[in-house]
This record gives sequence, structure tokens and C-alpha cells, in this order.
Amino acid sequence: MSTESISLPRTGTAPRPLAEGLHQWVTTVDHKRLGILYILYALLFLLIGGVEAIIMRIQLIRPHNDFVSPQVFNRMFTMHGTTMIFFVIMPVMFGFANYLVPLMIGARAMAYPRLNAFSFWMTAFGGLLLYFSFIGGDGLYGAGSAPDVGWFAYAPLTSQTFSRGHSTDFWILSLLVSGVGSIGTAINIIATTLCLRCKGMTPGKMPLLAWLNLTMAGLVILAVSPLTAAQLMLLVDRYLGGHFFDTQAGGSAVMWMHFFWVFGHPEVYVLVIPAFAFASEIIPVFSRKAIFGYPVMVAATICIAFIGMSVWAHHMFTVGMSSSANTFFVLSSMAIAVPTGIKIFNWLATMWGGQIHFRTPMLFCIAFLFQFLIAGLTGIMQAVAPFDWQLTASYFVVAHFHYVIVGGILFTLFGAFYYWFPKMSGRMYNEALGRLHFWLFLIGFHLTFDFMHIPGILGMPRRIYTYEPGRGWEVWNLIVTIGVFFQAAGILVFIGNLLWSYLQGQLAGSDPWDAWTLEWSTTSPPPVYNFAIIPEVKSRRPLWDLKHPEDPDWQYE
Amino acid sequence: MNNRNTASGSLFTLGPRAIVLFCASAFAAFAEPARSPLSPTNIFAPVSTPAQSIFDLSRFVLMITAAIFVVVFSLLVYAVMKFRKKTPVDSREPAQVYGSTQVELAWTVIPILIVVVLFLAAARVIGSIQNMARPDNAIDVTVIGHQFWWEYRYPSLKVVTANELHIPVSNPAHPVPTFLTLLSADTDHSFWVPRLAGKTDLIPNHPNTMWMDPHETGLFLGQCAQYCGTQHAKMLLRVYVDSREDFARWIQAQSQPAAAGRTSSEGQKIFEQTACINCHTIAGTPANGTYGPDLTHLMSRQTIAAGAAPNTFGNLIAWIYNPAVIKPGCKMPSMGLSIRQANAVAAYLETLR
Amino acid sequence: MSAPSFTFPASNIRWDLPERGPVAMYCLIASESAIFTIFVVAYIFYLGKSASGPQPRDVLRVPIFFTICLLASSLTIHLAVRSLRRGKLRSFGLSWLLTFTLGAIFLAGTAREWHHLIYEEGLTIQTNLFGTTYYSLVGLHAFHVTVGLLALATVAVFTLFGHVRQEHAQRAEVLSMYWHFVDVVWIIVFTVVYIVGRQG
Repeated sequence: MSTESISLPRTGTAPRPLAEGLHQWVTTVDHKRLGILYILYALLFLLIGGVEAIIMRIQLIRPHNDFVSPQVFNRMFTMHGTTMIFFVIMPVMFGFANYLVPLMIGARAMAYPRLNAFSFWMTAFGGLLLYFSFIGGDGLYGAGSAPDVGWFAYAPLTSQTFSRGHSTDFWILSLLVSGVGSIGTAINIIATTLCLRCKGMTPGKMPLLAWLNLTMAGLVILAVSPLTAAQLMLLVDRYLGGHFFDTQAGGSAVMWMHFFWVFGHPEVYVLVIPAFAFASEIIPVFSRKAIFGYPVMVAATICIAFIGMSVWAHHMFTVGMSSSANTFFVLSSMAIAVPTGIKIFNWLATMWGGQIHFRTPMLFCIAFLFQFLIAGLTGIMQAVAPFDWQLTASYFVVAHFHYVIVGGILFTLFGAFYYWFPKMSGRMYNEALGRLHFWLFLIGFHLTFDFMHIPGILGMPRRIYTYEPGRGWEVWNLIVTIGVFFQAAGILVFIGNLLWSYLQGQLAGSDPWDAWTLEWSTTSPPPVYNFAIIPEVKSRRPLWDLKHPEDPDWQYE
Repeated sequence: MNNRNTASGSLFTLGPRAIVLFCASAFAAFAEPARSPLSPTNIFAPVSTPAQSIFDLSRFVLMITAAIFVVVFSLLVYAVMKFRKKTPVDSREPAQVYGSTQVELAWTVIPILIVVVLFLAAARVIGSIQNMARPDNAIDVTVIGHQFWWEYRYPSLKVVTANELHIPVSNPAHPVPTFLTLLSADTDHSFWVPRLAGKTDLIPNHPNTMWMDPHETGLFLGQCAQYCGTQHAKMLLRVYVDSREDFARWIQAQSQPAAAGRTSSEGQKIFEQTACINCHTIAGTPANGTYGPDLTHLMSRQTIAAGAAPNTFGNLIAWIYNPAVIKPGCKMPSMGLSIRQANAVAAYLETLR
Repeated sequence: MSAPSFTFPASNIRWDLPERGPVAMYCLIASESAIFTIFVVAYIFYLGKSASGPQPRDVLRVPIFFTICLLASSLTIHLAVRSLRRGKLRSFGLSWLLTFTLGAIFLAGTAREWHHLIYEEGLTIQTNLFGTTYYSLVGLHAFHVTVGLLALATVAVFTLFGHVRQEHAQRAEVLSMYWHFVDVVWIIVFTVVYIVGRQG
């Protein structure tokens, strides 16, 4: 896709363009190609994770169903969660960061191109290792195959006593490997953002996407490491006879929970902050207004990252912590609602008084605003610990976090796909198909995840392969399952649109959206060197300044 | 001027009042402490003080979050409708507004106030539930979670049973709460009977306590709420809240050893000669295993296999013959008995009233 | 695709950004610090909780000499980098080798200590909570020392072949930051394991 051409010396053998093309992609250190590799990899795992979800929902469509055995179901929810978080959302966010950050800060490359490639291949290998467990995981007593301990792998279920065979080891090792890749990418993003900005782009003039990915990278560095540490401890327990989480020897199962959630909670901010970045770039352009309150948006994001490191035990309100500990975590979890709410208000204020263009990226971002509002409110409900004593570990919390991840993150991700697809491919996507995708997915999302809150309120726990009739859960589970098929249809339309548009779409030109950040100042797709001449900027919206020389931003910032 | 706003959805023309009424009635449908509830496990149908405190707190929280939702949702809807681009598209860009200190201050301070209020409300209820002092007349039960069944021990009443918990009803004027000590023999579990209390986990090497004081008699359902392995889904909870007299009678019956027959039946012989006695206890016989549920008064229970099947003769035979048919992945192995042998053992178990 | 016609106005403002090497190394140090923090927390949490087996105050001997070696190696590496920045390749080489030697002595000391604990005190990673957390924490640190020594050795080999010159001073400095980090971690591990952990 890039305009780079490497002419190989002619030898006596016939040219093999496919082999050469593949070789270029496999050995690339170009941040744009690596970004696309990450994104395509994530899309593949999105489909796989989606199939796992479909299997679960079919099993739960009615009580005492026998579509799959309990063993298979338990593997499905473990793999679905692990896949979606580590091999879909994280890679796709790294992919977009890789592609966009150098372009948006006026750089030619990431700070460490080879580390970049290494990180991608580590992440990719981690995913393949995890999925190899389906076929390669047989261990003692035939108790192998894919991990089935839940994506948070609580001790002592993961000890050798209760998880024989190698399925848990696949979970540990694949995440250790991809964790190395994540930390490598995070280091790269931070070094790039701090060291390679073009002239005039002080931190206060960086696009919000650059700020937010910088924050996300900082969180990855601080949060993925505790998971790495905990997994090393688990390996010591499983293979060296250690007792970190061995409750029979005085070890603490609760300690695993603390270590896991010290990772797990900041991890959700790692997932959502780049989604905020997409919204912060798309909403202004399609409202034809600058983002409202840029400094506070930056400050709020940094606050979210800091406070987010102090809320982890709100995932543990039922484990028997003291009332003081529970109360503290209520306080910190409530506190984080404030900067998060501020961001919603700022996006709202950006649209206010603007001229809203309802193109596909904006449709997804508007839906994001409504849905993230609801997700935040159900989050506040669960921050109230006593209420959480009923709601946690039920379908209410499953509905809540899917509301954030699908309704919040995936929606802005779709918006980002449509917004930057013209830049990455040089072609416009089909707007009618984009809208079809939007409406199908919106209907499916709401059918599934709105109604999913109800079984939670009616007492249905999570991670159960079947349920009893007569508890009032049947009709809601049916509706939830039906919604899944609308979502699947939407995704198929999306993939079809990407393929068709890539092959047949109208040429997009460099700036189809009349936008204001630096990536739109170069060709679509950009050349391998990004910019013929490195830009120099005076404000947060350099292209606005050039398009409106009578009223440039730098007079107001 | 070409006004395109009127073309949009008819829901909004119903007006805000109608929407509020709709939401309120939907909420009330869940909130109704029900005679015939939507569900026997509805968290909004409490019958015990902890569940009631949570319910009251949740109504307060829901009111506040509903108000926030209505305000922000309305503003979003208004913005999306009012500020859509006009046709023909105005070629001038709208006024660029970069921020506003007053507005931003307002929407920082107001959320902080809301959050403080919610925090204080939560803190109060945390204290009232967690730090409740145990009165002297409380009933003590030790609950031990196993993969995939519940063990109940009444230390001062000298009763050991499994899977179906009996506790006395508690008159709010003279409460007799039941305090549970929660332990685990293997992995993490969670005790969740929504109408009685919030859930509390059973974690090995980490004892927890919870309490409940139901003011209605009846059967209350729940199930394990922390993934504990293959059959987590069928680790069901049945809590019988008995009148004081019924509870006393039940305790009395449970503390007796098994009714001994005049001669050992064939089933009893098979039971005692196969490895059954290694896992199960039948008080007054050589069977004293603790890996599986105590069967001394098996026939006093309405279900078997931690609620996975009704306690009928046919189910007993099926369960003994091959537990994996009812609960695949459970820890009770098939002992390789013939159908006839399983029949005999079931007949023996039927004498354990 | 026609080339877009944006011409950005040029100015001659000063534009100094940090170097990528130190930034990346600080990030790596932050991430490794988070890993060590978790191991230290586990160690502290389990102090006094081993129901049986050897206890810290019974079997641990404070490794003062080896600690001094390791901390001194921070000084020698600092001197090495300073020499390289000034172009003094010979004294750089000597200080660098001295750093390696001191680090290797420290590792040997750890090995000796472990030999004593395993064969004479009967403390292994399986023995009890103290054994598990002690070997994990000290072992994780020793692993980081080993990686550092490998990196130092690699630079030493390059130096011997004349490939390290004054212009590479910043790279050597970045590596020395890692080495200082390893020493700071040791100060913390030393305090927690051999001082605090041996009380009570």
C-alpha cells in the first residue's frame, strides 16, 4: 500500500512478486505497515472471539441446553475474554497508535522501528500460542486443551491440584509473551511522543490522540508488569513447588486477586483511553469545531490514569476486606467518575453550537457518547460497595463491562476505522454500507447488552454453562442471544465494506474530511517517509491555521 | 429556513413526563417486594436486613443516576438534533469555542458533590452490614464450600448437613439472626442468596463472615457466584427459613444418627464395602468420609447433587449409577456398580430420613 | 493522488527534545520497578507466615561484602562513562571491566549463599513461604544482574575490537542507567530481606 518500491536485482530466475511482497510485510519496520498488521491481526481475532461469544449465547438461549458441554463452555468464556482483551483491543489500539502517532506529530517513524516490529511479532506469537492450546494442550489425565480458568485465572483454581495438564500454562505463557510485546510498544510510543515531535509542537500543541496514547503507554508500563510478576509467581507455584498462592501452605488466594486487579483495572483504562482519543479527534471534525477544553481534557485523562491505579479492589468487594478497605475503594472509584464525566461534557460541548455532519464515523461516536454515559452510570452503581455485593459476579457486571468495551470502545473503534480508512488505503469506504453496519450493530448491541442487565438483577451469576428454569431468566437470555446475530451481521457488512472499498472505492485524496491534524497534510496513503518536508506547527490544529489564515488557532490558544 | 428537526423520532414528542413515568413503572416492576416475584432470586425483593439495606441504598443510587442520565441524555439528544448541519451546507465554519472556565468549573464541582453524597451513603451501609455485632442469641452456621456442594455445620447445635440450609425466621422486634462463617475446602466459591443478603466469597485460608435475619418463612434460592470449576453452574443454594418450632424440630431430627434397620440391607452392605464410605458420612455407621456430603438425613432434602436434581428414587439410582449424566465434571466418580446394585444402594439411602 | 499543497511556515526557534535512549531506559526501569514491587510486596506480606521450616533470622547472613562490591560497581561504571565522554578509551575499558568483575563477584556471592542455604540449612523454594519468596525475589534480582553482565560483556568485546568510541558515550550511559537501577533494587531488596525481614 505504501509508495515505497524496492527494486531487486534481476537474476536469472523469474520474479516472484507474491513472495517478495510477503517478505516486505514480514520484515517491515515501517510504523504504518506494522500498524496495519496489528489492525488486521486484531480483526481476525475479533471474528474468532465473536464466534466464541456466539457459542456461549446459543448454549444459554434456554435453560438446561446441551449445545456444548460444561467443559467446552468454560473454555469459551475464558478464551473469549482473554482473546478480546489481549489479542483484539490491545493490538488494535497499538496498531492505530503506531500508524497515527508519528504522522500526527510530524515525524517520519517511531523512535525504535525494530523494537516496534519485534513487539508486534511477540504479540502475534502470543495469540497463536494461546490458540495452539486447543489442539496442543493435552496433559495428564487427558485434562488439557484450552484454558478454562476464566480470564482472571483466580488462585487456587490455577494450581496444579485443580488445573492439571497444560491449559493454564498456555494462558500464562501466551500472556507473558504478548506482555513483552505490549511493554515494548509502550516504550516506543513514549519515546516517540517525547523525542520526535516536529518543530513548534510543544506538548500543549500535540493532538489529543498523541496525549492519550502517551497516557495509555504509561499505564501499560505500570500495569502490565504486575501481571507479569503474578504470572511468574504462578509458574513458580506450578513448576517449582512454590507456595505463593498455595492456600494449603499458608499462601493467599486473595493476594493473586490483588496482583491481578492491580493490573486488571488500569488495563481497562489502557483499553478505553485510546477510544477516548478517537472520539476526541472525530467529534471535533464532524462538528466543525475545535475540541472544547483541550487543557482539561489532557488533565482529566492524566487524572483518570493516576486515580485508575488506586481503584483495583473494587473488583474484590466480596472477598472479605475490612469495612475501611472497602470504604476506601468506594471513595477512589467514585473519584474517578469525576474526570470521566468531565470528558463526556467536553465532547458534548464540542458538538454544541457546531454543525454536525452525520457521516459514519460520527454516527459511531455519537452512539458512543450515549452508551458510555450509561456504562459510566452502571459503573457508579457498582462503585457503591453494598450494591456491588449483589451486582458483582452476575450478569449485571457482564452487561456493564460489555457496555464499556463494545458500546464504548468498539463503537469508537468502528468510527476510527471509517475515519482513517481513506488515509490508510487511499480510498473512500461505501457510506451506505457504513450506515447499514451502524444500524445493524446498534440494534444488536442494545438488544444484547441493555437486556443483559436484567438477569443480573434477577440473580443470574456469570460463568455458568446453564441455568435453572423458573428463575425468571429465560426470556431475557433469549433476547440477549438474538441481539448477537444482529451484531454478527453488522460485522460482516463492515468486513465486506472494507474489502470492497479497498478494491473498488473512490479515490479519497489527502484530506477527504477537511480535517486539521498533520496526517491529513500528506498523501493517502502516505509515502514511507511520511512527509516530503517535516512540518512546523504553531497551534493544535496546523491545517486549520493554513486553511483559515485570517483566523488561526494560535491567536486564541 | 429549512428546518429539518421535525422529521426526527416520535419518541421524543411524547414528552419528558411520559418518559419518566415509563421508566418509573419499569423500575417499580423490579422493585416490588413481591408476593409472586418476577424471580425467586430478585435482588430487589429483600426479606432480610442486609438485602433490605442494600435495596434501600440502591433505590437512592438509582434515583441519582437516573437523574444524571435524564439530564445528560436530554442534552445529548438536544445537541444532536439542534446542531445538525443545515442544508444547504453553510460554508462558513461555526464559531470556534475553545473552553469556558465557568462551565467547566460547574461540571466539575457538581459531580464532586454528587460523588461525595454517594460515597457517604455507601460508607454508612458498609458499616451497618459489615460491622454488625453478633448478638448472643444468633444461630451460628459454618459453611464450607466444596467443588461442587455446600457443607453446613452448626457447631453449638451439633448438626452436620449438606446442600440445604435451614435457618430460623427472625422477628424484627426480637431478631434472631443467623451468622455464617464461610470457609472453603478447595477453590474460591461465593454464597449468594439474593433475597437474603449480598454475596460473600468462600476463600481457602481466608475465613469470612456474613449474617442474615429473614423475616419471612419460605424457601429462598441462590447459587455459587464465584467460578470454581466445571460444575460451578450447578452448585445451587436452597435456604429454608423455618418457623422457630419447625427449626427446632429440624435440628432435633438432624442431630439423630441414621435410623438403623433391623438387619443391614444389601444396599447398606454395598455402600459400606464400596468406596462410598471413604467420601460420605452416615452418622451411626462406619461411613465417616468427609470429601462428599453427609448423607445421614439425605431424605430430609428435596434435591440431590447440590440442587442439580430433585430427590426422587429414579434420580438417586441415576446419580449413583453415573453422576456424570446429571452433573458432568462433578467430583463423584461412577463406582462401576450395576443398575441392580445402584437400585439397592438407592433403596438403602431412602431409609435415611 | 496529487501531492497536497500545504506549506508550513518555517521559523528558527530552538527546538530541543530529549534523546530517545534515556527516555526508553527510564520507561524500562519503571516497568521493571513495577515487577520488583510486586515481588517485594509478596515477600513482606509473607514475613512471619511460614508455619514451619527455616526462618529468616535463623539462616540469613548479611552479605555485606558482596553488597559493597555491587554498589562499588555503580561507581566504577559511572567513572567508565565519564572517561568515555572525555575520550579516554583506556581508562573507560579498565573501569568497565572492573564493573563487570565486581558484578560477577556479587553473583558468585549469591551463588555461594544459595549453596549454603540449600545444602546446609535445608531451605529451598519449596520448603515454605519464606523459601518461595526469598529465592524468587533474590533470584529475580540476580537474573537482572546476569542480563546486565551479559550487556556489559558485549560492550567489552566491542571495545576490545575497537568499535567503541567517544561518540558512543551516550549509549554507554544508557546502559549504565540500567546498571544503577539494578543496584538501587539491590539496596531495597537488601533492606527488606536482610534487615527488616530478620527482625521479629
